[in-house]
Amino acid sequence: MPDYGWPNPQQSSLIGKRVSRVDSPVKVSGRAKYSYDYHGANQLFGKVVRSPYAKAKVISIDTSAAEKIPGVQAIEIIQKPNTTVQWAGDEIVAVAAVDESTAEDAARLIKIQYQPMAYLVSDAEPPAGAAEAAGPMSEDDVWDAVDNQMPDAAFIQYVQEHGISFHPTEDLLKEFKGDDASDAVLDALRKAQYHAPTGQGSHSYYQKAAAQTVGDPDKAFAEAEVISEGLYGAQVITHCCLESHGSTSEWPDKDHLFTHISTQNVSGIAAQMAEPMGVPAANIRVHQDHIGGGFGSKFAADRWDITAARLSKKAGGKPVRIMLERDAELEVAGARPSAYARVKVAAKKDGTLTGWQSQSWGTGGPGGGGAPPIPYVFSIPNQKKEHTAIRNNIGPARAWRAPSHPQAATITMGALDDLAAKLNMDPLDLWLKNLEITGPRKDTYREELAIGADLMGWKDKWRPRGQNISGNLARGLGLSLHTWGGRGHNSDCDLTIHPDGSVDIKMGTQDIGTGTRTTIVMVAADTLGLPIDAINLYIGDSMYPPSGGSGGSTTPGGVSSSTRRAAVDAREALFEKVAPSLNAQPADLESVNGSVRVKSDPSRSLSWKQACSKLGAVPLTVRGKNPDKSRPPDLTNSGVGGVGMADVEVDLETGIVKVKKMVAVQDCGLIIDVKTAESSCYGAMTMGISYALYEEKVMDQNTGRMLNPNMEFYRLAGLNDIPELVVHMMTGKGYDERGVIGLGEPPVISPGAAISNAVANAIGVRVSFLPITPDKVLAALEQKNASGKAGA
Amino acid sequence: MPDDSPHDDPAQDEIQESSGVSRRDFLKISGISAAAVPMLATKVVLAGGAPVKVYGPGKVPVELTINGQKHTLQLEPRVILLDALRDQLEITGAKRVCDRGECGACTVIMNGKAVYACSVLAIEAQGKPITTVESLMQGDNLHPIQQAFVDNDASQCGFCTPGFVVAFKAFLDQHPNATPEELQRGLSGNFCRCGTYHGIQLAIAQMTQKGA
Repeated sequence: MPDYGWPNPQQSSLIGKRVSRVDSPVKVSGRAKYSYDYHGANQLFGKVVRSPYAKAKVISIDTSAAEKIPGVQAIEIIQKPNTTVQWAGDEIVAVAAVDESTAEDAARLIKIQYQPMAYLVSDAEPPAGAAEAAGPMSEDDVWDAVDNQMPDAAFIQYVQEHGISFHPTEDLLKEFKGDDASDAVLDALRKAQYHAPTGQGSHSYYQKAAAQTVGDPDKAFAEAEVISEGLYGAQVITHCCLESHGSTSEWPDKDHLFTHISTQNVSGIAAQMAEPMGVPAANIRVHQDHIGGGFGSKFAADRWDITAARLSKKAGGKPVRIMLERDAELEVAGARPSAYARVKVAAKKDGTLTGWQSQSWGTGGPGGGGAPPIPYVFSIPNQKKEHTAIRNNIGPARAWRAPSHPQAATITMGALDDLAAKLNMDPLDLWLKNLEITGPRKDTYREELAIGADLMGWKDKWRPRGQNISGNLARGLGLSLHTWGGRGHNSDCDLTIHPDGSVDIKMGTQDIGTGTRTTIVMVAADTLGLPIDAINLYIGDSMYPPSGGSGGSTTPGGVSSSTRRAAVDAREALFEKVAPSLNAQPADLESVNGSVRVKSDPSRSLSWKQACSKLGAVPLTVRGKNPDKSRPPDLTNSGVGGVGMADVEVDLETGIVKVKKMVAVQDCGLIIDVKTAESSCYGAMTMGISYALYEEKVMDQNTGRMLNPNMEFYRLAGLNDIPELVVHMMTGKGYDERGVIGLGEPPVISPGAAISNAVANAIGVRVSFLPITPDKVLAALEQKNASGKAGA
Repeated sequence: MPDDSPHDDPAQDEIQESSGVSRRDFLKISGISAAAVPMLATKVVLAGGAPVKVYGPGKVPVELTINGQKHTLQLEPRVILLDALRDQLEITGAKRVCDRGECGACTVIMNGKAVYACSVLAIEAQGKPITTVESLMQGDNLHPIQQAFVDNDASQCGFCTPGFVVAFKAFLDQHPNATPEELQRGLSGNFCRCGTYHGIQLAIAQMTQKGA
């Protein structure tokens, strides 16, 4: 069996080197085509009428005036009368017309009557006693969940855990299905345990999760030498993809759908659209060349995508484009759940952690959401944790780069940093002191903390809290650790060598800006001994072999492994054909620098082109897969550790925080392209500055709507906010041989926590919640001064 | 964070109707009677004492000069330059992102100056030469700014990149001896979400070094 294992990067032609992103030239020249850029013949433009209410019952919909507008070609009711809308901006009706202005005019003429209902858009700490234990789902709850598009997995899990309080007749199930409930959900309802209605639980805004206890927390706190208490948290933010969500769909004939969709999940979309469209998945083609950002929010065929396809069908198959406007993008296309916690940490005087207590809460919109994974990274031996999910009307949550981890890091690292301050310890020493309880990555963390401290100049720069002030400016340092999985997903790769020497790769993956194209061609070219421009890569189409969605940092491990196996098998098959011409055995050949030659006698060689001509008339195609136990070794792995450090300056008069320097030290196993890997870290630190200091989905309690659904007041970090950024990737022994591990999520986890800790170090007091805006800084300083005076 | 009490809407039991005023209605209400304007001829009215051409509201001929090429289109006067480029001419390098002049992704050069194409009406762009990102390459060769973006990996998803590249070119055209600090300020009307600013800073350094 050939050796599929990764070559040593020291001896590789490409793997582990710095290669420029292969799709940069088309991006910088405006030639890269995004789904938003697709324009079909006779294309129609769709506009969606959205609910102005955070919660309301749809009473009636009158589209008659819109239908009379010349140029309107189709109207689709998305949520029928009697449906309860659960967030402002939810889709009610859509119209398709010959141009965008006509569609807008028609949308304005659609009259919808609503019955507004009570709502909650806050995620403030639940009032005492408000939280209720979860109960069985009533029929109303199921309707709500269906209307809310509660994710199937969460829906099914809830039904399995808590049962239902009504009898699901087949007629009723059929009605749920008519409202787009999936078969899996219907099946779960059929099998659900019946419980008598409890009259509580499932309808409260505040849902209490079961308390979790580890070890003996009461004893740990009773025996603690020091206890630190604090309040920490991270806000709801949006994804704010620059290319908004949406698609253009068309029906080339009545049985076939072709959709150009902005997605992180090219291979997974057809199956999601099949059921609502009433055609088999095989009749649905999905295509995307480039995507303008996803960050976890673009895995589904969304309701507007289904709507575009339905409008197209009504309009005789003409392409219909629905791309969200910016306000809709920020209101409805996904948000990162918030998480806040009151935390107590117990420790010994030397900083050894002994106990953790937390009461946490947060919202993921109508679905509520789970508890953050706290304490994060550090498995403190004794823990008591309570969590309350707030089910409110801010719109649905979606996975956001490293789901739940940045929030958990902000809470945990903040609490440990406050403990260090209370002990008059340098937090770096407290972190090092407790590395034993960080699990299998402890040696990686130790190494990374040393490198990070060196790159930051930590030992020279660090001062105890509030003791680095000159004039109005306070300086401070902060740090955080993080972890992630990142094992490669399922991926199929077809690699073809043509008799003319050209090489094609086809794979149903996508490059979401992470360098996936570059990774694939580097692996193939390195394995075949060719330059990267010798590989023709085709991705982004459901006609190609399926490859997983790009989420959870699973893409690099998946696509590199399937490509490696395909390239090795193709190379071996080529050697079989070429060996007789070189008067050698296939096993004696190697493919290096564009030639196929005898290892022991490189003078006996054929150019790549000559070698491929030995294939005869038929091209050679092989399929590589990940995972593939029949072709060992495992080429991917799971589990990384990383460190983030921040150096900030705070203006004590204005409350403005300026990040002066950030350091990221990260491992991700074998790195294929060092250049784009570093870019992932630079980008993650930048996003970290953005969510730590500026971003927040601000909800208006009076109107139930988002106050800042635009890019003026939903503030992203800009060019002038970016300080010196330093990235160090862990490579070499101990890292390279682990195989390829994903990198998208991990480096975005620590920056918020590190910045929060740096601000506390600078100004001498904790600003509890992100984003750390000037008003919060000034309020924290005022409170500190007031309590200082009271204590004096 | 907002206050923490669930909101009990006093209008809970009232049935409300959402109604909007269309732009056409608005024109009627505000006294510039749409019906009184001839559909094709251009009328001049006094607004604030100054003569202003009135177009539309139906489609009118619009002539645009894009990358040195003349295009004649039939557009409603309300169509913005960005949509004319993207949906009529399929020149899609300029991106539609924020809808309202906040992010810079639609930047093009008009009359030698960087403008947000989402904030310029197509009819306003008549007679003014327009340069888009598509014209920057010379044959197969990238413009030095584009090459600096490639060299320094200043694009990830790439959706903001054309806007940055065009804004960069416009600024350098006007300030050939710009310092890195000046260029960074000059590009601060553009936003990126993936976080490519570090690469853009390096591209700025590369370009200003060459200029020196």
